[in-house]
Amino acid sequence: MGKELLYYLVFPGFIFLAFVGGLFSWADRKISAWVQFRKGPPLLQPFYDFFKLLLVKETILPSRGSKLTFLLAPVFGLAGALLSGIMILLPAFGLRQGFSGDVIVIFYMLTIPSLTYIIGALAAGNPLASVGASREVKLVISYELTFLLAIAAIISKSGMVTGLHQIIAVQQSQGAFAGSFSGILLVAVFVLCIQAKLGFVPFDMAEAETEITHGCFIEYSGAAYSLIKLTKYMMLFILPAFLCAMLLGGFRFNGIGFLWAFLKLIGVLLLITLIRNTNPRIRIDQAMRFFLIWMNLLVIVAIILDYFNF
Amino acid sequence: MNFKEYCFKKSLWVFHFGGASCNNCDIEILDCLTPRYDIERFGMQLVGSIRHADVLLVNGSINRKDRQRLLEIYNQAAKPILVVAVGACGCTGGIFADGNTFAGPVDKIIPVDAYIPGCPPKPEAIIAGLVRLLNK
Repeated sequence: MGKELLYYLVFPGFIFLAFVGGLFSWADRKISAWVQFRKGPPLLQPFYDFFKLLLVKETILPSRGSKLTFLLAPVFGLAGALLSGIMILLPAFGLRQGFSGDVIVIFYMLTIPSLTYIIGALAAGNPLASVGASREVKLVISYELTFLLAIAAIISKSGMVTGLHQIIAVQQSQGAFAGSFSGILLVAVFVLCIQAKLGFVPFDMAEAETEITHGCFIEYSGAAYSLIKLTKYMMLFILPAFLCAMLLGGFRFNGIGFLWAFLKLIGVLLLITLIRNTNPRIRIDQAMRFFLIWMNLLVIVAIILDYFNF
Repeated sequence: MNFKEYCFKKSLWVFHFGGASCNNCDIEILDCLTPRYDIERFGMQLVGSIRHADVLLVNGSINRKDRQRLLEIYNQAAKPILVVAVGACGCTGGIFADGNTFAGPVDKIIPVDAYIPGCPPKPEAIIAGLVRLLNK
């Protein structure tokens, strides 16, 4: 019981995820600043932002719309991010075996934050929030099929095992999946799905700052917004860790393995941030076409290549 | 300085309200975000929604229609909020002070915490004003 609580609350649970997620968020902002020839924020900036919102600012409730739903949505979003993070990190760090089929559960858990953003935005009673929510729904519809197909392709590559722990074990005995042609295609698709899940440019149309002024989050302030920020920090760490576990061979924690684990995570973060900083925002219809036609086609090509053992 | 105040001063999010401005102050405010001045070093960010803002940056002369909107924006903000008047028009009314549609400088409408005069103020002056505000 004590060990379970330690797993859920300290490592690799709440405190670890929040801390590392905050550092990842700082790295994201710092890399963006370097790309634009700026200096960038200090190391603890995400934590200052979080504690300012949590402790200092007033939380304003919407006068029209459902107050309870508005306040509960960020709490459930945080819970979803936390649970998916624990389910990914326990097998990835080798602390627990997990169970057969937990990849499917992780897939469902990872959609919970997006769904709660939609629910919170629709409860806010603001027209711009509704526009943001409608775009987020369309974005979820378009990338989830691609994401599920990519996971199915990885399962078929690993010889039809459906536990994250078993997938990592197959990769550690036969080499990472990213080393084959089909694996490279799957990494490309996975990175773009992560981009859409995190709401980064080119898929940030749901919270476009300059167009619909933060869209889904326009009415949030104070403590409720701090929980959303924390969810975003956690997702920024969880999704690259999931990519590393599924395609890049997982983590090994002995000697040089620490360095490799760090380099893998930072490499994925660097890729995501560079895509974010070198692309314009695309329209929602373009995003839907991009995922439903081109990305799905790419995954199907990867599955066919895998069938012929490339 | 206690922990709450320290976090607040380290992460000021700025909402930009432009009144009937001639756009010179707007250009100089945007200059603060460029590589040369980069106010993100101090944790400051421009945000799009007044609900997230800690600083309300007002520039331009405030005429009768702007007055209502400025009041509405100020009432929508999550407290505590700091108000900064930028430029001659924001501080005193400048050359528009005797105009027919002029509805008073910013401090006649909402309480102002810092004034940054100039027509337009240089980016250095804006950063100096914000530092004064932080050390207040």
